[in-house]
Amino acid sequence: MNKMPYRIDIGLEVHLQLRTETKVFCSCPVKFGALPNTQTCPVCLGFPGSLPVLNEKALEYAVKVALALNCTIENKIKFDRKNYYYADLPKNFQISQFDMPIGREGRIDIVMPEGRKKIRIKRVHLEEDAGKLIHKGAYSLIDYNRAGTPLLEIVSEPDMASPQEAYEYLLILKSILAYLDVSDCNMEEGSLRCDANISLRPEGCDSLGTKNEIKNMNTFKGVKSALEYEVTRQSVALKEGSKIVQMTRLWDADKRITTAMRSKEESHDYRYFPEPDLVPFTIAGTFVERVRESLPELPEIRRMRFIKDFGLSTYEAELLSRERRTADFFEETQGLCRSPKAVANWIMGDISRILNERHMELSETKLAAVNLSDMIKLIENGTISSKIAKSLIEEMMESGEAPGEIISKKGLTQISDESALEGIIDRVIKENQKSVTDYKNGKKNALGYMVGQVMKATAGKANPKLVNELLHSKLS
Amino acid sequence: MINKEEVKRIALLSRLDLSDDELCEMTTQLEKILAYIDELKEVSVENTEITSHVVQVGNIFRRDKPRPSLKKEDALCNAPKKEDGFFKVPKVIGE
Amino acid sequence: MGLNALTAHELKRLFNDGRAEPRDVLRDIYGRIEKAEGRLGSFTYKRDPDKIFSEASDYGRGSMLSGIPCAIKDNICRKGEPATCASKILDTFKPPYSATCVKKLEDAGALIFGRLNMDEFAFGSSCETSCYGPTRNPWDTTRSPGGSSGGSAASVAADETIIALGSDTGGSIRQPAAFTGVVGMKPTYGRVSRFGLIAFASSLDQIGPITKDVRDCALTLKAISGHDEMDSTSVDKPVPDYTQYLEKDLSGLRAGIPKEYFVSGVDREVEKAVRSSIEIFKELGAEISEVSLPHTRYAVSTYYIIAPAEASSNLARFDGVQYGFRSEDCDNLQQMYVSTRSKGFGEEAKRRIMLGTYVLSSGYYDAYYLRASKVRTKIRNDFKDAFEKCDFLITPTSPTTAFRLGEKSGDPLSMYLADIFTIPANLAGIPAISIPCGFSEAGLPIGMQLMSDAFREDIILKAAYAFEQATDFHKRRCPDITN
Repeated sequence: MNKMPYRIDIGLEVHLQLRTETKVFCSCPVKFGALPNTQTCPVCLGFPGSLPVLNEKALEYAVKVALALNCTIENKIKFDRKNYYYADLPKNFQISQFDMPIGREGRIDIVMPEGRKKIRIKRVHLEEDAGKLIHKGAYSLIDYNRAGTPLLEIVSEPDMASPQEAYEYLLILKSILAYLDVSDCNMEEGSLRCDANISLRPEGCDSLGTKNEIKNMNTFKGVKSALEYEVTRQSVALKEGSKIVQMTRLWDADKRITTAMRSKEESHDYRYFPEPDLVPFTIAGTFVERVRESLPELPEIRRMRFIKDFGLSTYEAELLSRERRTADFFEETQGLCRSPKAVANWIMGDISRILNERHMELSETKLAAVNLSDMIKLIENGTISSKIAKSLIEEMMESGEAPGEIISKKGLTQISDESALEGIIDRVIKENQKSVTDYKNGKKNALGYMVGQVMKATAGKANPKLVNELLHSKLS
Repeated sequence: MINKEEVKRIALLSRLDLSDDELCEMTTQLEKILAYIDELKEVSVENTEITSHVVQVGNIFRRDKPRPSLKKEDALCNAPKKEDGFFKVPKVIGE
Repeated sequence: MGLNALTAHELKRLFNDGRAEPRDVLRDIYGRIEKAEGRLGSFTYKRDPDKIFSEASDYGRGSMLSGIPCAIKDNICRKGEPATCASKILDTFKPPYSATCVKKLEDAGALIFGRLNMDEFAFGSSCETSCYGPTRNPWDTTRSPGGSSGGSAASVAADETIIALGSDTGGSIRQPAAFTGVVGMKPTYGRVSRFGLIAFASSLDQIGPITKDVRDCALTLKAISGHDEMDSTSVDKPVPDYTQYLEKDLSGLRAGIPKEYFVSGVDREVEKAVRSSIEIFKELGAEISEVSLPHTRYAVSTYYIIAPAEASSNLARFDGVQYGFRSEDCDNLQQMYVSTRSKGFGEEAKRRIMLGTYVLSSGYYDAYYLRASKVRTKIRNDFKDAFEKCDFLITPTSPTTAFRLGEKSGDPLSMYLADIFTIPANLAGIPAISIPCGFSEAGLPIGMQLMSDAFREDIILKAAYAFEQATDFHKRRCPDITN
């Protein structure tokens, strides 16, 4: 696909809303869906005379994220004012961090077909979110409920060499961040936002090309598509001999193009200076260690452990370790029934299918690990067939009942009693003479057909293995 | 040392509109002030730390415990224009 | 002479003895206001007197400032009443909350009955940039009372209130106190909470008392000081009863006279008065020595980079969106910003915003703001060194006595230079007090400034009290003022 003479350099800026109870500089609650301007106070509204005070949890979460991204945690940090005018900014400046951020020089490894690649994280810093604007044509409306929500900005180096790498980076980043349980990490809801910087340079050229900033992408796929569009656009322009002008472009998900924003001459003079209303902070080594100890096992490590300890394939381990709750569920169930492959199959198969159909998360169902474990044991000891189990799964997810209860309620116990099956098997043989003939003539799948008929006649409860054996012996 | 073009740029950054007369006067006054302030160049500041805070405290935090917000009416009590609980402003064009 | 001419501590004694009630004081205060306010213009707002009188009947006797009428500068928020900073752009703003120091004053029993005129957003040293017109100096109503807390100082000097609160960023409490012959103190940065003070320069602002004598100053300081969890820059140090330090014997105390404050440019009469005062300190037992604060001459430049820079950012929020003045008929938001701010701010405010924006802007930050922040360290260190050799410093508060209204308003730079002696204390964050130390031949008050190390208000209150009690400058009353 990439037959261009250009190298691509992509950097991503991800903003993550932290799930603290209160805002970053005031005690207003951070809950979503409240009526407009009902979760505000003089501080987050920026009323004259108000002053910020830092939320200790926000700092803790920020350090947690920075550690998970392998950053060096700075011993001394401070906050700075970023000055610009916009309607969603109550003070017309944002309290952010300029030259002394919380974390620096981290990394994430992405896995591409060619192998692992290190993407460097330039910095992680804490800042406050802005309010929400609603545009109504001739006027606009402002809701400041969101203003002051703690935001973590994660900036990568321009190490991604293709839109696909950028996409992978986002998937892995989200996976790590979700593990930490510090944010909803949901792009559609706005708790995770992404802006991209992309530039092209001729092969062999050492310095980066002029970058364009791309905004307004609302899904990971959208990021990838927008970047693919940009690659095309910029390479066409370069081939024609045009220069790339530094600008900000907006992704239009409907039209599938990026368009230039109106450029403003003074757009980026933020006039950063140290925030005088917030004192400097020292992050003690002991604090960092305490946070480090509270880190969960991160996805990459967990994935490797799943392969090593449970004999899962790379693919299975990847899928199961991607989301922490799923991984936790897998391990809990496995711990009870000691059948990792079976658990993996059920989670990746039927459970996954049902969740997708219903647009649900595992945690939103009532499926308990002990119940899944029991179900697997029941299959293993022949009490039920896997076919019956498939119907059990859905019920367990809905009601949370134990499999034993459902089985006795519905009389689903597998029929493994030969005498009970004899009569049905004889009848099926009698009614399917053609299949009998076919089988005796060498068509092996005719037997399978008759097994199916027995299963049908027993509403799936017959032990298929036993049916198979009985038919075989009767027809030999 | 500061010309009218610069003053115009600063006025834009400050969201101020100066008439031609005001622009001239502002340029003259700022020039005078900046010429005076320029004396700071004489001071040797090598190896000198900056002072951004005169308080000797650090690490001032707040617990992550919610407190009641303002009632909506209080938040909006001074709003020049409001609608349905929102602050209302003329349309936002550009970014 | 009415009860309004007394001090808070004198009134407290009368209240306790049952010889007077707050209502009696209020009557005299309102009487005075009726007579003089038309000429003086100290107030921007007065609460409904009926409400004040009814609060006065309810006053509890136990508290520090029970029943004492008090007025606050118009940049200090009090819930439900206007806080305009004497600016058109905040003309209609009524905060839904009160400043911490206001709550503390009310807890101490004070009757907050009015709001006082100031330079717009505290930008000024003459109280002439107020959108409501200037306040006049009660000693000579053709002259400025100083600024920016001009209304606070004039009202105390003219007995229109018993105590007042002002704010001080570069001298805005001390200089007007000097011009009007009253006591004004800027506490250590972090001693008094800034929550609810509409910010000018966040790293320099402090709220402080303006009173008729040092004892009242000590009382008020105690009432408003203390740690505030709403202000990250407020310091968690216990607040002593400052009145316990008021003694008349200064033996053992070492006074330093910084030579850089006695240079040409200081009014001959001012220097004479301060030098005589130094002799009095000697008689009181203080050891006098000369010290040097070598970077004093750079204080004004340092200040006029840092203060406008912070102000330009603090004032960015005044844009017509959430409160205050909004320019009508604007097509779009950015236009509304520009039109609102251009119409709503006065000239000096615009000038400071422009200067502040310039020194922070790309390409200039290092040469101006960064450099000034380093010179600030040098100025702080000058004081640190000096306080190894002495306990407090004695200087003039201002190079001149009160100038005439209109005299300096055409020349911003000359107005800025008038702050030369008060600015250093703000840059260093140390406490400083101005007390009357004489009168010029024209009958204008002369103020003397005492400075001490951080959180050593006890020293300067002690020295100020001893000096005050050994003289009678604080007893002189301004001439009678009629509208």
